[in-house]
Amino acid sequence: MTVEITRPDAPDAFVAVRDLRVHFPTEDGLVRSVDGLSFRLDRGRTLGIVGESGSGKSVTSLAVLGLHNRRTARISGEIWLDGEELVAAPPERVRALRGKKMAMIFQDPLSSMHPYYTVGAQIVEAYRIHNDVSRKVARKHAIEMLGRVGIPQPARRVDDYPHQFSGGMRQRAMIAMALSCDPELLIADEPTTALDVTVQAQILDLIRDLQRDFDTAVIVITHDLGVVAELADDVLVMYAGRAVEYGGADDLFERPEHPYAWGLLGSMPRLDREPAERLLPIRGTPPSLINVPPGCAFHPRCAYCELTGGLSTTEVPPLTETAGGHLVACHLAPEKRREIWENDVRPTLESR
Amino acid sequence: MVAYIVRRVIGAVLLLAITTMVTFGIFFLVPRLAGQTTDQIAAQYVGRDPSPEEITLTKRRLGLDDPLVVQYGRFVKGLVAGTDYSYGPNTEFCPPPCFGYSFKYQRAVWPDLVDRFPVTLSLAVGAAAIWLVAGVAIGVLSALRKGTVFDRAAMITALAGVSLPIFFTGLLTLAFIRPEGVVFVPFTENPPAWAGNLLLPWVTLAFLFAAGYARLTRATMLETVGEDYIRTARAKGLPERTVIGKHALRATMTPTLTMFGLDLGLLLGGAVLTESTYSLPGLGKYAVDAIRQNDLPQILGVTTLAAFFIVVANLVVDLLYAVVDPRVRLG
Repeated sequence: MTVEITRPDAPDAFVAVRDLRVHFPTEDGLVRSVDGLSFRLDRGRTLGIVGESGSGKSVTSLAVLGLHNRRTARISGEIWLDGEELVAAPPERVRALRGKKMAMIFQDPLSSMHPYYTVGAQIVEAYRIHNDVSRKVARKHAIEMLGRVGIPQPARRVDDYPHQFSGGMRQRAMIAMALSCDPELLIADEPTTALDVTVQAQILDLIRDLQRDFDTAVIVITHDLGVVAELADDVLVMYAGRAVEYGGADDLFERPEHPYAWGLLGSMPRLDREPAERLLPIRGTPPSLINVPPGCAFHPRCAYCELTGGLSTTEVPPLTETAGGHLVACHLAPEKRREIWENDVRPTLESR
Repeated sequence: MVAYIVRRVIGAVLLLAITTMVTFGIFFLVPRLAGQTTDQIAAQYVGRDPSPEEITLTKRRLGLDDPLVVQYGRFVKGLVAGTDYSYGPNTEFCPPPCFGYSFKYQRAVWPDLVDRFPVTLSLAVGAAAIWLVAGVAIGVLSALRKGTVFDRAAMITALAGVSLPIFFTGLLTLAFIRPEGVVFVPFTENPPAWAGNLLLPWVTLAFLFAAGYARLTRATMLETVGEDYIRTARAKGLPERTVIGKHALRATMTPTLTMFGLDLGLLLGGAVLTESTYSLPGLGKYAVDAIRQNDLPQILGVTTLAAFFIVVANLVVDLLYAVVDPRVRLG
């Protein structure tokens, strides 16, 4: 295995994605699932990627792991992991990193585990691909990992099949499998969506604790702003394959500037509010990724579209810095956005 | 697991009992329903131009006037404990399992069945091995190379395989590949000669079945590679050959096994045609000859034996399910 020579333009961040594009040619046209996405992430930090279905969140995570079929997906841009570029790297090299240096937790833990193999066998397999150890040692390690993620009686449960686990237990086992090789980057794709609300909090706690212990960089992909509020240091809001807002979690929750982010906040149920109040859904539906609306992709659904003087229907707004490290892609002037947020949106959200 | 096995075995025994009843019923009850008198039935066993005395004698000897239940009881007793047969002045003990005596040849049916069984078993085992391996392999390759020339060629060949009858493909191979014909050499005597002679019948029989397995495996494989757990296997960093060869292939085993269980029944039909085409002295050919000569004890014997093997094979397949799919074990 040749060691990648560090390129002079290698970023200093642990994970850096630059102008990532993932396109799928289909009979109906080119599906632009991810179209020019950039972000960075340091060790021990958590990035939350938020967006509706079809905004390109999962496609991004699969691209980082190199899990797209090269025959059906066209991928360009750069994905840097610890000074190594992955998009142009040979697939065999990316495979060696997969599971070892970067691992992933999936949405549905039942369908994500092989029904015909025991939980232990699946963890042992994950461990033994990257570590040259005996079956016995790997089994001990698997039991240890299961105990670590909070599965009671791990020495007994290790020989159970996935269908003998409850939903929460399964997701714990998935996490044990993902963490078995001490990955430095963990991607959690909707890790709690398929779980009971009570179990969700446990799983989020677990991810946070393990991140602290292992100093892992975590990307958590979700449509649930509650999960983001719980875990993320930074937040990237995606719409139609692009970043529309990117900044610290505080920036996003306290000073959101993109109308789409306002919409996401408005459609989040709040337990501390009167239950009788209605949510404020974002009108319309996510756009087709084949015929993305011209200009700002969000403009057909944006209540403030008129205020841009037609600019939002013709030109794609660039992602520009509005304040220290807070990036927004919107044609509205920053002052105007803050004004709308303070005077219009925020009072509405808080009065609910 | 033990309870499951016991339950399945009891079910299999019951099924066999019902099978013998039905078989027995078909061969002894149906002629009566069709209006044949016991005299006419007995006449079939005697030979050409029987005299009334001979018919009466045969009728008494076979107990054809007894109620059907008694006759069935006698049949079962013969199977389990053996029975005494008298013809003319002699009485001979027919040891269990006694399927009676062939009236055309005046000899016990069972030893004949035992003689011919290795031929059919050799044919079935060899053909099954070939069609399973070839069918699954072609199916997997087709799925991985979906839409390529290989895929299309394989699927067209598969279509030809299901469509062409054995006596057609069999006669073609005999005419062009091995005009001298094949003979059965027991495996215990000379394994290479055994395999060499049976290769052509195996391939002919396997061709018919492999096609279905190739199509089934291809379809299952295409479905499986889209499953979440295959993505998980890749996310672990497994090499592609392990992802396909272990994780994906394992999932195709359940439908393959189901189909195999069903095909075991059809296999005998295939064996009949194959043995007839290649003139192999197996059970299939025995059954054809028995039916042609209307030799009821022979027909009853070979049918019961075939039913026995189908039931046992399906029992084995059901037990294998539990091995293949752990989710079955609890049920």
